[in-house]
This record gives sequence, structure tokens and C-alpha cells, in this order.
Amino acid sequence: MLPEIGQFSLILALSLAICQTVLPLIGAHRGDAAMMGVARTAATGQFLFVAVAFGCLTYAFLADDFSVLYVANHSQLALPDLYKVSAVWGAHEGSLLLWIFILAAWTVAVARFSSGLPEAFAARVIGVLGFLSVGFLLFAILTSNPFDRLVPAAVDGGDLNPLLQDPGLAIHPPLLYIGYVGFSVAFAFAIAAMISGDLDQKWAKWTRPWTTVAWLFLTLGIALGSWWAYYELGWGGWWFWDAVENASFMPWLIGTALIHSLAVTEKRGLFKSWTLLLAISAFSLSLLGTFLVRSGIIVSVHAFATDPTRGFFILTFLAVVVIGALILYAWRAPSMDSDVGFGLLSRETFLLLNNVLLVVATTLVLIGTLSPLVVEMATGEKISIGPPWFNVAFLVPMIPLVILLGMGMHTAWRTQKSDSWVRVFKIPAIIAVLLGVVIPLMIYGRISILLVVGCAAAVWIVVSSLILPVRSLLREKGTAGITRSALGMCIAHLGMGSFVLGATIVSAFGVESDQALTPGGSIEAAGYEFHMAELRNVQGPNFSAIEAVIEIRDDGDLVATVLPQKRQYLVQKSPMTEAGIRAGLDKDLFVALGDQLGNNTWSVRVQYKPLIRLIWLGALIMALGGLIAISDRRYRVNVREKAVSETGEAEATA
Amino acid sequence: MKRLLVLIVTTLLVSTAFAIDKGKKFDDPELQARYERLISEVRCLQCQNQSIKDSNVTLAADLRREIARMIEEGQTDDQIAEFLVVRYGEFALYRPRTTGKTLVLWVAPFLLVLFGGFALMRVVKHRMSLPIGDDSMKEG
Amino acid sequence: MNRFVWPLIAVAGLLVFLVMGLRHGDPRALPSPFIGKPAPEFELPTLKIPEVSIGTETFAGDYALVNVWATWCVMCRAEHPFLLELAAARAIPIYGINWRDSRVEAIRWLDDLGDPYLASAYDADGRVGIDWGVYGAPETFLVDPEGTVIYKHLGPLDPVIWQREFVARMSGGGQAE
Repeated sequence: MLPEIGQFSLILALSLAICQTVLPLIGAHRGDAAMMGVARTAATGQFLFVAVAFGCLTYAFLADDFSVLYVANHSQLALPDLYKVSAVWGAHEGSLLLWIFILAAWTVAVARFSSGLPEAFAARVIGVLGFLSVGFLLFAILTSNPFDRLVPAAVDGGDLNPLLQDPGLAIHPPLLYIGYVGFSVAFAFAIAAMISGDLDQKWAKWTRPWTTVAWLFLTLGIALGSWWAYYELGWGGWWFWDAVENASFMPWLIGTALIHSLAVTEKRGLFKSWTLLLAISAFSLSLLGTFLVRSGIIVSVHAFATDPTRGFFILTFLAVVVIGALILYAWRAPSMDSDVGFGLLSRETFLLLNNVLLVVATTLVLIGTLSPLVVEMATGEKISIGPPWFNVAFLVPMIPLVILLGMGMHTAWRTQKSDSWVRVFKIPAIIAVLLGVVIPLMIYGRISILLVVGCAAAVWIVVSSLILPVRSLLREKGTAGITRSALGMCIAHLGMGSFVLGATIVSAFGVESDQALTPGGSIEAAGYEFHMAELRNVQGPNFSAIEAVIEIRDDGDLVATVLPQKRQYLVQKSPMTEAGIRAGLDKDLFVALGDQLGNNTWSVRVQYKPLIRLIWLGALIMALGGLIAISDRRYRVNVREKAVSETGEAEATA
Repeated sequence: MKRLLVLIVTTLLVSTAFAIDKGKKFDDPELQARYERLISEVRCLQCQNQSIKDSNVTLAADLRREIARMIEEGQTDDQIAEFLVVRYGEFALYRPRTTGKTLVLWVAPFLLVLFGGFALMRVVKHRMSLPIGDDSMKEG
Repeated sequence: MNRFVWPLIAVAGLLVFLVMGLRHGDPRALPSPFIGKPAPEFELPTLKIPEVSIGTETFAGDYALVNVWATWCVMCRAEHPFLLELAAARAIPIYGINWRDSRVEAIRWLDDLGDPYLASAYDADGRVGIDWGVYGAPETFLVDPEGTVIYKHLGPLDPVIWQREFVARMSGGGQAE
């Protein structure tokens, strides 16, 4: 009964979404307040019905309703409740419903917090979001219905993929989706501006907070995915340039360019066409990512089990949305260029460089991801493009970018006098080069050009990011001496510096060693001794495992005891590795069980990963920076501003 | 497609039946480092996008063994790559070789940055010629 | 054409390409690099009589199927009845390469289920499998009388595939891959 209610709710949501699209868009065109008013109500209604559908599916999982095909395929009686909930979005149909739910939630948020926006504009934004909802709801209802019945019902389910039975991976999709879907708000703002032909600094000011929130969630989602891959997959890596990882990374790169471009548009009314194009691109890349993952066109560990029909649907939708947006762009963008200038040495130049380098980086990731397909279709030959290429290619635009990052922050708008500018950087540059040499050489024992560049760049960014906050503190103004916007920027860049340092050090100095171990035996790696004290059997709620007790010693002193496991899940029967990790900010010591080599002998992978936590900490700090930036006073809805806009409209329609 | 999945799962299941040696292959640290680098750049053809360094399936172990043998015999990286390509095609290598079609891939990053740089210079030149506005006060 | 139209053109091109990619087929299918080339040379002891060896010369002179199989391979068991049919009908000589398997188990398997092979080579360490570019069982190669590999099929063989891919390529009427 409930699944049918869920299905029906989806259909109702679809009809509301159609109202939400058609009426406000026509209303904005005609200036019809009644039609425009439908926007907010329809959005709320759509959200409620989508929530009901989502709730029905969640209930079906929690109640072990195996008469629902999706539940039967991805759940199991013995599955812990937490994972029954996360199983809702564990496969294609459910994750699509999650997307729809998050889109509806963003739309309601826009409806709720848009009182400072002109009515016509808000109506257009909500209308465009409605169009997107219609597309996704149609996709779900027509090709990917999560409520399809299984008759006769199964006695027990096929279990959730054991890889997904993990708290980190449970929230990874919601975080990612809040990011991906959040870019549709920036997209809608861009479309609304192009339809009306008005794009000014105020528009940029409205768009910025929405985009920054989406961006920060995407940052968290990607970081979480990387961290999960590290501790769960057992190979100790944190990024593999897999097609699906790239699918999430490309919107992030463009999203980063977008939030910077918006800053210029808000400040000086420049880069309007850039900002529009970036807003369109960020969302298009989100859609492209979804397409790549669900169409079966690309091989990846992450890909959903899919079929080409679904691929065609998404592709058609993608085509309609993006081509439509770009036609609007080709029509409107030429008239939006402003006649203001800036000097060679200026923040505008730096941010333009930023945009260019980020777009180059995104293009390279796209080329690397799609080239195997291109080559195969052109020549019939299959090639692989993996980390060896990506790691080199990506660094080419990124090394200049990190160096320029430290400089751009302290460059004035319009024009910057070069002598006062150089003075700012003298000390940071010296510290950066010094530490760039000292850190690898003195702390880790080896040096190379790339290492010095990486470490120096990281220190450069960190020191440069600290200049403004420290100056504000020293002038005894505390937090009043610096706007939240600027503080957010400094902290976000600080996070970036932390990431660069972690990535550089761990790539250069990480040690991996595969060796055989028996109970009572010891192996040595990276200067540590790994002693297997015991090998025992343990039971979990839906798995049984062999667990090793490994004692890690440094020069005889016990540093940690870790418990790596080799699990066998009862239903899906695939062996899963749970690593034993001794985590620390300065380093990780990582132990994973490989294969059983004989009686009681196991191959064990031990890893020494210096500063690896800085990678995810850096991402966290970046997200924090974003949060601080949008809490700035000027983004709060100003009561006076609201009153003015209302009276303004009252006069206009009188 | 589904058959392929069953195939792979079966193979994965059974891989534990074989004694797969993942230990150190070489005493010489340089050779060991070269070995580890090479196996991280070869694709595990039975897997969904993993290197033979990270994979536990039988074929990965067999290929690791072959590569260790070739290193011991003194073969060069190019010869080892050729061995794999003759049998499995370019698909087996995660590092696209710098021949003909794939040369474009290796040149692309530099080309794109150069192209971006030129486009940017044109824009900045244009903007420098426009009126800038009066105050050049630094703002946060 | 002004510069604002370029994104539209680029994206349109990308979309066309993606449509073509969708219709392209299974991204995981790896074509054999040996198609049109001589079958890789090998010499291995047979499964049942280790003193006797077979190799590439063994199947020269006629079309032959070289089937890579193992007892741990579920799909091999699925295709086995069809292989027996082919053998019984004397449609084509079938040779096996027993890949990474236990000799005892393999012989027992053939005794229990029937032996469609004129002979099976025993590839204990998988070296010959690698030489043939094998990456999953079952794989079946079609070799022509001159010893050139004409076709490779990954996965179990069935009547439909046999007709469409193998028969069509034999007797001079088939096109090369």
C-alpha cells in the first residue's frame, strides 16, 4: 500500500512541478502577479509530495518490505538499520529519488529566502528549477521507478553491496548531491538573468551565497569519498582519477572558478559572460557526471548497473537543458559586456588567470576521461588513461595556479602599485622557499625540484592566507578588522595550502609494503615494526571475519595496536577488507590483510602515510572558509531593502 | 554484461585458493621501486579499473610475476610495455605510450595552457585600454 | 561568428559524440590484438597424458576452436553441453587450454561431464594464457587452417553466437574482424 502511495506522490509531485515551471515563467513574461505567485506554493507542494515518496521508500526499507523490487535487491533482514536507510540511495533508482528530493529542497529554500528578490526574477528562478524537477521526475517515473513491485515477494533480500555498508559512504551521496544539485540554483539564476536581460552587480550578490553553499557541500562530499576510498578499499590511495571521481571533480573545479568569477562581477560588474558561462557549465558538468555514471558508457568501480535506455533519457535531458542555456547565452551575453577596465597588475587579472587555469584543468580532466571512448570509436582500439597521465597533466595548470593564488589575494582591484605590492610578499616568499627546502630535506630526508616546488607553494599559500587575519588581530581589532567575506577567503585558501602540503608529502614519502605474516611474526617497513600478536575469528551482524591483532612498534616502544579484518558478508559473499589504521595528523600507519597464503599465513599490506590527513583536513577547512564567507552581513536579507523593493513593485503595478 | 559480472565474481572468489605472493620481489631497492612503479601502471584486465598492484585476482598475480621475471632478465620499461601491448593491446597500460595518436594527449596540457595564456593576454590588453575608475583603494 | 557561439558548437559536438558512444556497445569488451595475426606459439603437456605435448602446430591444416576453460569457471560449465554438441557433430576440431587449474580436478571434470576436446593443454602457471591475451574464462578462439586467429569470443559459446560469429567467418565467406 505504502509503495503505491509513494508512486502516486511522485506523479502528484510531477504535476505540481509542471505548474511550478509553466505558470511562473509565463507570469514573469506577462507581469501577472497571480501566476508568479504560484511559484512558491507549487514548489512547497512539490517538495511535500517528494518527501512523502522518499519517506515511503525509506519505510519500505526499514520495514523489510521485500515485495518492493528495489528493496529486495538492495537490502536484507540482517542489515543494520543505519544501512537500511542508506540503502535507499545505494543504487540507481533510489539515488535518483534522493536527487529529486534534494532538488525540491533547494527549490523550497530559494522560495523561502528570496523575499529580497524582485518577483519576476524569483518566479523565473523557481520556474527553471521546476523545469529541472520535471525532467528528473519524468526520468524516474518512466524509466527508474523505485516502487516497482516484486511478485511474489522475496523472503530475504539480495543485501546492500558490502562496500556501501559504511557510515562514511552512507552520507557521501547526500553531501555530493547537495553540491551537484545546488549548482542548479546558480544555473537557474543565470537563466533568469538571461531571459530578462538584466545582469548586474546585485544579481551577483544574490547568486554568491547559494553557489558557495553548493560548492562547500561538494567539497565535503568529494573529500569524504576520497577518505572513504582510503580506509575502506585497502590500497591506501586517496584518488585514482576514476571516471566517476572525475565526474564529481569537474563540477567542483568549475564551481571554484564560478565563485571567484562571481566575486568580480559583484565587485566591479565585470566578467559577466564568464560568470554566466561558468554557471551553465557547473550544472552541465553535474548532469554530465550523472550521465556518465548511469549510462554504462564508461567502465568504473563506481558505475551504477544501468542500461542504455536510461542513458539516452539523461542525454536527451542534458541536451535540452544545456543547448537551451547556451542559445540564451549566445543571444544575451554579447550585450552584457561592460566598458570598465583594469590594469595589468590587478586582482581582476589574477582572477582571470584563475578562471583560465581552472578551465584548462577541467578540460584536461574531461579529455582524460573521454579520450579512451573517442579513440575507441575513431580507431576501434582501446586505450587506458590512468593516474600516470592525469597526475602529470593536472599539475601543468595547477602549479602556476597555486603560486598565483598567494599573490592574487593581496592585489588591489583596478590597479595595484607594484612596489608596495612586492613589499608584501618579500617575507612570505623567503619563508616559503626556506621551508620548501627544509621540510622535505630535514623532516623526511629527501629533496627534489618537484618536492621543493610543492612544499614551497603550500607554505606560500598558508603564510599568504594568514597575512590579513594576523594583521587584523595585531591591530587589536580582533574579528572586527576583517570582514567575514575576507576571513572566509583566507581560511579557504589556508585549507588549500594544507591540501597541497599533504598531497605533496604523502605522494613523495609514502611507503607501501606487501609482506607475509604469521601469528607471532614481525615485519618491518618505514622504520616501524609490525608484529602479528594474534589471528582470530569474529562475528558481525551480517558478516563473519578473520581479525589480526597487529602491534606497531617504533624502536621497541608500542605505538599502536590495530585490528585489520577480512570480512565475508553472509549474503553477497564477496570478501571485504577492513583496514587497521593508526591515524594521526603527522602520519597514518595503515595495515590491511591481503590474501591467505597458507595455514595462518597472510599477505599483509602495511603503509606509512605522512601528512595524509592534511588532505581531508584541508578540504574541511576550505568548506569552513566558504561557510564563514557567506555568513557575511551583506548577504542577510535586509528588512529595509525588502520594504523598498516591495513599495517599488507596488508603484510599478499600480 | 551480466555474464561478465558473474565471470569476474567467480574469479575473484576463487583467487584466494591460490597462493598469491605479494611480498617483496627484489632485494635491490631500486629494482623494487621500479617493479612497484611498473605494476602500478598496468591495468588489471579482469577488474573494473584497478592496477595489478592493487588487485588480488589471479591474472594480476600472474602478470606481476611476469613483470618481475622481465625485470630480472634485464628488459627495459619499453620492452615490458611492448610485451603487454602485444598480448592485451594498449588498454593494458595506464600510461598511454607516446606514439602517434596518444602524443596529442601528452602535449595537450601545455597547448591548453599556452592557448589560455594567449586568450588571456588579449583580454587584459583590451581592458587596460579602457577607463579604470578613480580609486585604487584595496578592498577585502 | 562571434565568440559566444563557440560553447554551443563545442557542446553540440560533445553531445553527438556521446550519443554515438551510447550506441557503441559494451565498454568492457576487449578485442583481441591477435585477430588477423598468427596464433601465439606454445607447447604444453596435455592434460590427460603429460608425456604428450601439443602446440600451435597441432591444429594447423584445418579450422580449429581453441577454448580456454577451467573447473572453477561457472560459465565454462554452462557452455560445455554446446561444446559437446559441436564435437559430436564433428563441426570443427576443438582444442582446450586448461587455464590455471588443478590437473586432477580437470580430468575428473571431463570424465564426469564429457570431453569435447581432441586434446587439452595444461597451462599450470597461466603463462600461455597470458601469451594468448586471455583475461577471463571461457574464451574461444577461431583459428584458420594457416594458423591465423580470425576471431575471439569472450564468454560462453551458444548456438546463436556460433552461427553468427564463427560459422560466418569460416569457409572463405566470412569477413575478418
